Amino acid sequence: MADGDYVLEARGVLKIFGNHIALDNVDFGLRSGEVHALLGENGAGKSTLIKILTGAYQPDGGSVHVDGIEVSLDNPLHAQTFGIGTVYQEVNLLPNRSVAENLFLGHQPRRFGFVDFRRMEADARILLAHYDLHIDPSSELGTHSVAVQQIVAIARAVQLSGKVLILDEPTASLDRNEVERLFDVVRGLKAGGLAIIFITHFLDQVFAIADRVTVLRNGRLIETRPLDALSRTDVVRLMLGKDIAFSGATDVEPSETPDEVLLDFKGYGRKRSVLPFDLTIHKGEVIGVAGLLGSGRTEVARIMFGADPADQGEVTVNGKPTSLRSTSDAIRHGFGFCPEDRKAEGILGDLSVRENIVIALQGKLGWFKALNRDEQLEIAGRFGEAMDIRAASLDMPVKLLSGGNQQKVILSRWLATDPAFLILDEPTRGIDVGAHAEIVRTINRLREDGMAMLVISSELDEVVAYSSRIVVMRDREMVAELRGRNINPGVIVQAIANNTDEAVA
Amino acid sequence: MKRLHLERLANPQLLALVAVLLINWLLFPNFFRITWQDGRLFGSVIDVLNRGAPVAILAIGMTAVIATKGVDLSVGAIMAVCGAVAATMVVAGYPTPVAVIAALAVGLACGLWNGFLVAVLDIQPIVATLVLMVAGRGIAQLITEGYIVTFNDPALIFIGTGSFLGFPMAAVIALVLMLLVTLLVRRTAIGLFIQAIGVNRAAASLAGIHSRMLLVLVYALSGFCAAIAGIIVAADIRGADANNSGLWLELDAILAVVIGGTSLLGGKFSIPLAVVGALIIQAMNTGILVSGFPPEFNLIVKAGMIILILMLQSPLVGTVMGFFKRDTRQAAPK
Amino acid sequence: MTIISKLAIAASLATALTSVSIAQENLQGLTVGFSQIGSESGWRAAETSVTKQQAEALGVDLKFADAQQKQENQIKAIRGFIAQGVDAILVAPVVATGWDDVLAEAKEAEIPVLLLDRGVDAPDDLYLTAVMSDQILEGRVAGDWLVGEVGDADCRVVELQGTVGSTPAIDRKAGFEQAIAGHDNITIVRSQTGDFTRAKGKEVMEGFIKAENGGADICAVYAHNDDMAVGAIQAIKDAGLKPGTDIKVASIDGVPDIFAAMAAGEANATVELTPDMAGPAFAALSTYLADGTEPEKLIITESKLYTPADDPQGEYDRRKDLGY
Repeated sequence: MADGDYVLEARGVLKIFGNHIALDNVDFGLRSGEVHALLGENGAGKSTLIKILTGAYQPDGGSVHVDGIEVSLDNPLHAQTFGIGTVYQEVNLLPNRSVAENLFLGHQPRRFGFVDFRRMEADARILLAHYDLHIDPSSELGTHSVAVQQIVAIARAVQLSGKVLILDEPTASLDRNEVERLFDVVRGLKAGGLAIIFITHFLDQVFAIADRVTVLRNGRLIETRPLDALSRTDVVRLMLGKDIAFSGATDVEPSETPDEVLLDFKGYGRKRSVLPFDLTIHKGEVIGVAGLLGSGRTEVARIMFGADPADQGEVTVNGKPTSLRSTSDAIRHGFGFCPEDRKAEGILGDLSVRENIVIALQGKLGWFKALNRDEQLEIAGRFGEAMDIRAASLDMPVKLLSGGNQQKVILSRWLATDPAFLILDEPTRGIDVGAHAEIVRTINRLREDGMAMLVISSELDEVVAYSSRIVVMRDREMVAELRGRNINPGVIVQAIANNTDEAVA
Repeated sequence: MKRLHLERLANPQLLALVAVLLINWLLFPNFFRITWQDGRLFGSVIDVLNRGAPVAILAIGMTAVIATKGVDLSVGAIMAVCGAVAATMVVAGYPTPVAVIAALAVGLACGLWNGFLVAVLDIQPIVATLVLMVAGRGIAQLITEGYIVTFNDPALIFIGTGSFLGFPMAAVIALVLMLLVTLLVRRTAIGLFIQAIGVNRAAASLAGIHSRMLLVLVYALSGFCAAIAGIIVAADIRGADANNSGLWLELDAILAVVIGGTSLLGGKFSIPLAVVGALIIQAMNTGILVSGFPPEFNLIVKAGMIILILMLQSPLVGTVMGFFKRDTRQAAPK
Repeated sequence: MTIISKLAIAASLATALTSVSIAQENLQGLTVGFSQIGSESGWRAAETSVTKQQAEALGVDLKFADAQQKQENQIKAIRGFIAQGVDAILVAPVVATGWDDVLAEAKEAEIPVLLLDRGVDAPDDLYLTAVMSDQILEGRVAGDWLVGEVGDADCRVVELQGTVGSTPAIDRKAGFEQAIAGHDNITIVRSQTGDFTRAKGKEVMEGFIKAENGGADICAVYAHNDDMAVGAIQAIKDAGLKPGTDIKVASIDGVPDIFAAMAAGEANATVELTPDMAGPAFAALSTYLADGTEPEKLIITESKLYTPADDPQGEYDRRKDLGY
């Protein structure tokens, strides 16, 4: 790996937001004629690294080199002049303008000071032919499929930059055939010597197209390696940070005589969201849910909670057949749900800590049995103390609290409703160590008190530590259920990666 | 304790109202003169209450709508429709209570329609209510067949021009409505739920709040308030003027709500302060009338005052004021 | 004095139905297209009704087209009339510009076009004539009435203007001021806009009354339209004063409700903006068709003054079903 090989290189890049280190001394090198996959779970630092490489962010340390020469990229437009172009997940072109205009916007061929439409369309036709795309350049971009729009976006980016192409989750909204078509284009560009960075959550696609892979985790570089030396399991292990040899099994004793059944899902699922699954949940049981991002973990939670109601299968609560058509149905049956995206779906930012804590209980009580201020303060105070919420006042807006304290507020919100079944989606993501420990302690305490829980987490150590059982999601399907000694990170990683030869019994 | 009370009263809206009234007094020394005439109070300040009532009533419903991060552009048109319904029905010989109840029911139905578009079809409020804003006036014209439907029904006229304990009926209705709605939202959990929806509808729904039903209710309330305002305005001029009744009043109502400190981004709201906002707007209007400024300056004067009031409310000014307050407090013990 | 001569031709609205001139018999059996703006106001609706009545009385087959405030609809309607081969076209143009082409097409087809109520920015050889009111004259008639009414006594007038910046507001203000100029006993002490509406007319008048010593200092109110006057009358009554006596009321338009007020002794004068634009138009058309006499390019309708002496109750009854 001689330095001179790299078209684009980041050396020891450091990026700090506030007191959070987003990228810590990361090296990254890109060669021409390669497809380089950039992998990592949410918050690993992928997008921060991309933004530094395209000039959207300035690094706080380290340097960026183009063709071995150190450069300072002021903004994406500036990066373009060094030959670096980007295509994002959502096509950011103008759907109501023509394909040709989108290709040449900002540098249209001109004649006597006016846009020369005829030449522009002729140029567009030639350009598109390189991509085997035979569409009318004067047609509106928005009338074409997302795949075609992506290819137009790629054509534009390559046309403008021509050295490095960054594809940020370009396949997220494409179907299988469209992905293939896009990959043909990518292979063609690679053969033409372009250097390509490919970001995706789909491992299959990484193995289908990438030459090398770089894995980031928690802002650190874990590994850069040629892909042919790696198995799927290796990649998942790198991403999740679990050594396959590690076998710290759960310390939760599987009770020989399980408590009574609380919930029983049979063939439960929702079209285009989660394939039907069977799951029985007992009182006093924590079901851990493992799987990569986009594997259908959150979707399972939302279906169970009635936020996106199931369209197939049945569920019984305490043995009685029930329908969970809405969140209020679920709440009436004693469900609670702490969503993954705390800011967008969890907290009511401008409202006070007190109001945030009582809101679900008040929702359960209805419009006319209003808790008065004193009752609200009493409830908020009780749970605030039990959860150790650090707030200057219960009347301050919850948005001013730290992430960990916000999570405790949302947990308190549900505990105030005295739930029988609590769904926690990534309850410890992005929160400080103290709050993290507090939440794990709470999960254990609640389980001992007989509450049933479903906990989704990417932190395998953590899931292993508190789960009675673990279900594994892959490609929107519940693929494995692990119990007893099988609850250890190694087995989980294998189940997530699932090579048939490594399959878990 | 007393001091705390005073501090609560000293909010920017009430201060602005007092300031506008004082400016009016400077421009027109008899502004505060109130006389007793024909069994009721008579004076410019009473005019402010009376004339401000329709916008205040609209603002009551609009506050709830805006608190859910919505807006209701159709209230002016609903006023025209409901005034037209009440007027044509009394002219056609229906008893006054029947006509009034019918007009209120029509306003409620208009509100339910808006709520249906916003909550069930998930159309953006500004677009959803634009439908009725445009169509409503046409409907009102159909009802009145393009005439100003003039009536002489004493009971209906009383709603617009009568008085209760010397105060104009319109102002009394606005006050009662304000108290009722304020009690409704504050003594039940509805107020909290409205705020929750406005702050973050996704999170509120996940917390088990029936956001759809509540949104429909809020728009229905706004339509109902518009119906009351429409009846008052028609009763006041003894005629339903489909072309002009409530014209642009939706904007005054929105402005009143904003002056009242409710953010267009939803969340925390105050119905009484929105009513104060409506009175501020009317105090400016009445002030312009009695001051003798040429009408060409009306809008400029109004705009200037509003900019000033909104600036006084801005967080930046709040911070600066807070800084000075703290400063004096610290200085005091020395 | 061509205006006067035209006024003689122009039958007033109230009598038009019975006084169709013999000279217009040549219109019998003709087909005339009428492109109306819409029905945005009571006056507009009355204009439509009166035009239809006039046509019926003359035996004219009137083809009516409502443009709903859109010029494109009017142009479409006129092209339709041309295609049908009508004998003449009446147009109340919604805007002033953009008529050249379609008027040229009508001229090409040798169909005379008569403009009602508003003019257009087009060469005047493209249309036969335009029948319009003179809004400055209306204001002047109202002002002249007041001058005659008060004599040498001092009179402090409050003015309810139309919508700020609108042509009728500007013209009616100017006409009134012309009439009272030179009569120092009459002064306009307050002037505000009432936006041509009843509600605003009432609100502004309330303010004026407070500002003018409870109304005691006001001698007369001059409103740019009758609707504002009707609102002002209510405000005067609410203040415990007698409209028409304590404060004189003069206004413009001649809508039914002001005649009702006049009959009740609450209004003193109104200047009619006649909805009968079609009468003079038909008269001009008749003359033109008879011997090819080109009428004046601008026919000004009469601005007739009505006072309580002019049988207001009768005027009310005659107008109440015209669509005001």
